Amino acid sequence: MKATRSELAPYLLSAPAVLLFAVMLATPLAATALLSLHSFGMYKGIQDVYRLDNYRDIFSDSYFYEIFGRTFRLALIVTGLAIVIGAPEAHILNRMRKPWRGIFLLVVLGPLLISVVSRTLGWALLFGSTGLVNQGLQSLGLIAAPLQFMYSETGMVIALTHVLAPFMVISVWASLQRLDPQIENAAVSLGAPGATVLRRIVLPQVMPGVLSGSIIVFALAASAFATPAIIGGRRLKVVSTLVYDEFLNTLNWPLGAALAVLLVLANVAIIVGCNRLVERRYAEVFQ
Amino acid sequence: MAFLVLDRLSKRYGETVAVDQLSLAVEKGEFVTLLGPSGCGKTTTLLMIAGFVEPSSGAITLDAADLLATPPRRRGLGIVFQSYALFPHMTVAENVAFGLEMQGVARAEREKRVREALALVGLAAFAERFPRKMSGGQQQRVALARALVIRPRVLLLDEPLSNLDAKLREEMQLELRQIQRSVHITAILVTHDQTEAMALSDRIVVMNKGKAEQIASPDVAYEAPASPFVASFLGKTNVLPADVRAAGEEAAVTVGGAVWRTAAGVPSGAASVSVRPERISFAAEGGLGGIVRRASFHGAQWLLLVETAAGVVTVIRQNSGGPLPKEGEQVALSWRAEDMRVTAGSGE
Repeated sequence: MKATRSELAPYLLSAPAVLLFAVMLATPLAATALLSLHSFGMYKGIQDVYRLDNYRDIFSDSYFYEIFGRTFRLALIVTGLAIVIGAPEAHILNRMRKPWRGIFLLVVLGPLLISVVSRTLGWALLFGSTGLVNQGLQSLGLIAAPLQFMYSETGMVIALTHVLAPFMVISVWASLQRLDPQIENAAVSLGAPGATVLRRIVLPQVMPGVLSGSIIVFALAASAFATPAIIGGRRLKVVSTLVYDEFLNTLNWPLGAALAVLLVLANVAIIVGCNRLVERRYAEVFQ
Repeated sequence: MAFLVLDRLSKRYGETVAVDQLSLAVEKGEFVTLLGPSGCGKTTTLLMIAGFVEPSSGAITLDAADLLATPPRRRGLGIVFQSYALFPHMTVAENVAFGLEMQGVARAEREKRVREALALVGLAAFAERFPRKMSGGQQQRVALARALVIRPRVLLLDEPLSNLDAKLREEMQLELRQIQRSVHITAILVTHDQTEAMALSDRIVVMNKGKAEQIASPDVAYEAPASPFVASFLGKTNVLPADVRAAGEEAAVTVGGAVWRTAAGVPSGAASVSVRPERISFAAEGGLGGIVRRASFHGAQWLLLVETAAGVVTVIRQNSGGPLPKEGEQVALSWRAEDMRVTAGSGE
């Protein structure tokens, strides 16, 4: 009897976590997937049928293509910018001395401590057509008409990069700290200039950090809601704001559910694909 | 002028002095070891030569040119780090070729020299391996090949063997010495392991608290230590209280009741003598009487602790098959007067 009990132990011990995930994650996802198969009529409401009509509608309408295209274009640009800004930022942080490193790490993480809505509204005030930036540039005579940040993809990219870059910084910083500090000295002693050391020795070794940072940033950017909703407004929709509108404005829950399912699937496919690609390219570093 | 010269080199970190006025002249092709306990400043000295630590004062010249005015990447030194510091994302061949690439050596020449360097360290068959798939000893050889392939003016070795197990370490010591001789390169080794220092070096710099206590060849430092620190750090030694009576040309040194006659040199009064354990033998009669408290077997030799009137004396005897006293046995210890070093004062 004792043997069977110890065999059961791993299952019993992991049961609470499994239960939590089953209830909190798997069930709503399954419910959403089921809901996406139902149909919806203006006067009939949600019909308890199982058909792929919603998906057929989405795939045959260029309107949805445009929104999905915009969502992933945004996520891709934001991820790229987060790498360009976040990776050097992590390197500089890592080079800092004792008190400053902690202080600037807090500065970098600061934006994450503020509610996403108030932060984004702040951006709106700063970047509006009568906002501080535009008025400043105009009074300096650098621009004639206000620049269009609000309700533009540029504005959304800037705001999302600002919010998500800290995730890249943390992730790259973590892998920088695992680096043998003597390796940089070794490269220098062999005659490598600073830029070469960074490009050929440091960067390849922090690729795992860049990759995990990219996954976080991409996933969060592709499913971001508050920032695109406030800065993009009602016209420049992304998938998550579209899902919101389908659920709460047109009340077409099945269509919203289908869109949500497609967003999740596309996200997973892109992330897993990139992961494979980078892991194969830098196989030796990932062990 | 010597090839590499350190002139009153110092490094201070705030109040603490890591290296204190160290002067050293190394000849071309010489193998010099900086030996000392951790925190004695030996690694700091090496890092100052390499250019990764800025000296507080003093000068370093290499081949009659000021080395401190040269940035680290142009110093032309080959460094083997304690952690090996191999590039994990590059193959062995790529690791070794990196320095040549930085020098702008053409591809064909580069490949030839990489092959030669790997052959020199006995890793010709491992060119396409990645460092993580190799043993510690093999990684060590890659690091050595990578440092040697650029034909450095000086080879700096920072505790290169400390991560290897005892047997491998002995093999690598022999091999390192043989490679250094065959390419006739000037080498500076940093280590805390006195056997390693003695086995490898032409000269040893024994360091303590940032200062060089003695700079000498291994046998001189061992036989004629310049200070009690050197005597206790290099090998084992017995320090025993003694009493000196000087009379004209001669002096009588009494240790625990036994008397040795030596040339005068130390004033009369309390003194201490130091004797190496392997220079002590068991006498039939006379000498310093005592009881064997412990005898421990170390393969090639026996180590005996003998309790005497002057305190516990360590004796090392070769395991040559002859009879040895057992634990609890009454013995008499003797040594030649010239095997004993007498210093005035009652010890440290």
